[in-house]
Amino acid sequence: MRNLIGIEDFSTEEIDELIEVSKNIISNKEKYLEKCKGKILATLFFEPSTRTRLSFESAMLSLGGGVLGFSSADSSSTQKGETLADTIKVVSGYSDIIAMRHPKEGAPIVAANNSNVPIINAGDGGHNHPTQTLLDLLTISQEKGRLNNFTVGLCGDLKFGRTVHSLIIALSRYENIKFVLISPNELKIPDYLKQDVLDKKNIDYIETESLEENIDKLDILYMTRVQKERFLNEEEYVRLKDVYILDKQKLEKAKKDLCIMHPLPRVNEISTEIDNDPRAAYFRQAEYGKYMRMAIILKLLNVK
Amino acid sequence: MNIDSIKNGYVIDHISAGHGMKIYEYLQLEKLDCSVAMIMNARSTKMGKKDIIKIDQKVKIDFDVLGYIDPNITINVIENDKKVKKFHPELKEELIDIVKCKNPRCITSVERGLKHICILKDKKKAQYRCKYCDSEV
Ligand SMILES: [Zn+2]
Repeated sequence: MRNLIGIEDFSTEEIDELIEVSKNIISNKEKYLEKCKGKILATLFFEPSTRTRLSFESAMLSLGGGVLGFSSADSSSTQKGETLADTIKVVSGYSDIIAMRHPKEGAPIVAANNSNVPIINAGDGGHNHPTQTLLDLLTISQEKGRLNNFTVGLCGDLKFGRTVHSLIIALSRYENIKFVLISPNELKIPDYLKQDVLDKKNIDYIETESLEENIDKLDILYMTRVQKERFLNEEEYVRLKDVYILDKQKLEKAKKDLCIMHPLPRVNEISTEIDNDPRAAYFRQAEYGKYMRMAIILKLLNVK
Repeated sequence: MNIDSIKNGYVIDHISAGHGMKIYEYLQLEKLDCSVAMIMNARSTKMGKKDIIKIDQKVKIDFDVLGYIDPNITINVIENDKKVKKFHPELKEELIDIVKCKNPRCITSVERGLKHICILKDKKKAQYRCKYCDSEV
């Protein structure tokens, strides 16, 4: 039985296969309507994340399966002191596959050790969120038609943003990817990523504080939120917060076929004035998330 | 200071001074049915000061857990008053319930009855990571 705990659980070939299946789903939705008939997906959200939960549920419903679950710890038995191991033992008797979000890092490993059915990690604290990475890859592949040979700009909080870290790791498996890492000085990517991934694989990258000066080089721009609480002092935040907002004016210098991504929800880091620009891919990205999750469910349930 | 030599058992030598008690606890020597001598601050030409533990019986002890605490330790096996074997502890691939993960965001900090498992990530640096949250221990 397979689980999806971290992106490293799948080989590059398997990731490519998931992307292929997702694309097949996108163009032949009716073929998949009954693939998981009679199967149940349990969504256990020990920490609320409505967007991700709805995406999983929509994915299973579109495969003809059923869903059950809970959201946020208060409504669940953890409030009464039940261990995660016990919750999973019970729920794996009620379902055929489990998607779980948990605030504690490593919780999906505990779940997998106690489950008779596959576990999908829908986020464990700041640790892993593999379905996000897979949907990001699908988005790039859909929007650009390939997963190699481009310059990827990652902008915002690169220090704490797990989606960014895991995307860097995933993209570094593909050929001729260059990174432009755009962030305030205190929110640069962690050293271990530079040493263990970028330097080790000889990947071309630059670190910069300016989005404006670098936007013209990019084929993909992945925006993330810069949170106020990450800054040591108020003045720094005030000085930098607007630098990392993407608006019409900054976009003027960008390539005509730039692909703008964001894991959503956004606050103000992308101005709504560019939502209708064809380069804005973030709402399509959210939709691709559903198809990727369908492909993941099919793979883990071994449904062809 | 004179401590009787042992006939059959182990002499754990070259323990960094001050680590003796820690090793006593890790090996759970208090549970043994034989005498254990702890020599602390012994003079050492190589190390200046060192600790030594003598165990007066040949019981089964998993010395490899010591590799994590102090890889330079020497274990001497004594049989019939003679040293028959000498070795250094190996680094175990997995440490189970020996070190606790200190990451407050780790599932091990809240889940009852969960074993703390650390996995060897870098043999040269004797570096272990928590199996659950990947943080260094
Ligand atoms: Zn941990």
